[in-house]
Amino acid sequence: MPTKKDIQDLYFMDSRFKLLEIASFLDRVERHDGEADFRHEAFMKALMAMQNPPEGTSRAQAVHLAFSDHSTQPAESATIQFAFGAHQEEDPS
Amino acid sequence: MRYIEPHAHMVSRTTADYEKIAQVGCEALCEPAFWAGYDRASAQGFYDYYRQLTEYEPARAAKFGIKHFCWLCINPKEAEDPVFAREVMSLIPDFIKKPNVLGIGEIGLNKNTRNELAIFEEHVDLAKKFNLPILIHTPHLEDKLKGTRLILDALNNADVDRDRVIIDHVEEHTAPLVLDQGYWAGMTLYPESKCSPARAIDILETFGMERIWMNSACDWGISDPLAVIKCALEMKKRKHSSEVVDQVIFDNPKAFLSQCPNFSL
Repeated sequence: MPTKKDIQDLYFMDSRFKLLEIASFLDRVERHDGEADFRHEAFMKALMAMQNPPEGTSRAQAVHLAFSDHSTQPAESATIQFAFGAHQEEDPS
Repeated sequence: MRYIEPHAHMVSRTTADYEKIAQVGCEALCEPAFWAGYDRASAQGFYDYYRQLTEYEPARAAKFGIKHFCWLCINPKEAEDPVFAREVMSLIPDFIKKPNVLGIGEIGLNKNTRNELAIFEEHVDLAKKFNLPILIHTPHLEDKLKGTRLILDALNNADVDRDRVIIDHVEEHTAPLVLDQGYWAGMTLYPESKCSPARAIDILETFGMERIWMNSACDWGISDPLAVIKCALEMKKRKHSSEVVDQVIFDNPKAFLSQCPNFSL
């Protein structure tokens, strides 16, 4: 199996590139007009989850869980067919 | 390298794609019934689609020496109208007799609604009635975790043979839920969602190489019909042996699919 250094040799540059893409994406959202929707908060929450995954949970799992719908009952109906990528909590009002 | 593509939507691909996958070692390909990118207006539209899956695509694949198999159902995106879904499902028994049909799939959930769940359960009953294996689609992105849990609960209530059920599109958070309950798991390699090759290999290394397959699920969206073989090359970069690669991309799908009466290489 590869060593940690082997894994770095394989994936460091690619991951560094992707990290800069994320940083630039956040800068881009901040720089532009208007209000970001619920996905921004979910994204920031997922970044925090990645850095501090709960015990027994991998970083990738923590990111998935941060974006996921955790409700347990089936929805009454579907209003859309697609997924946003982040769960939107229902407006309590 | 030889491999089996266990999930591809070739109705959306060109004949050149058949040629490409044949050139890199694809020996057999399985095509689950799916959403066409728009809702079909009538059950007759599905009749024509099932003919395409059972007559036209096997002939197109055979020109390149690839065996073509399919799974039949109405997909969950079009299952929100249960009256329409049942009308479509009434067509399936006549097509089950076709020689390339493997079982019922890809059934599952999309937005995790009560109607989708009811139609999912009726598909499971249909598979049990005809003693056929089941291929299951799990929802996208934020809906995947909840949908996977609802599907596992429904399968548990239906008392299915877990050896003959594969739950597809697993990712890091759902793979252990599926595998720990004794089902087979499928990973989909997509350029923008689901799994990258690197992450798919992480899942294999973390949860084991047993009862799991990889697929491209190539369709009309951003997808790559060569994804499985590219992931196999990535496994070699990660120092997995040729035997392990062969197990994941050939032996595992062959083992699951050999439970389908119509599957042979």
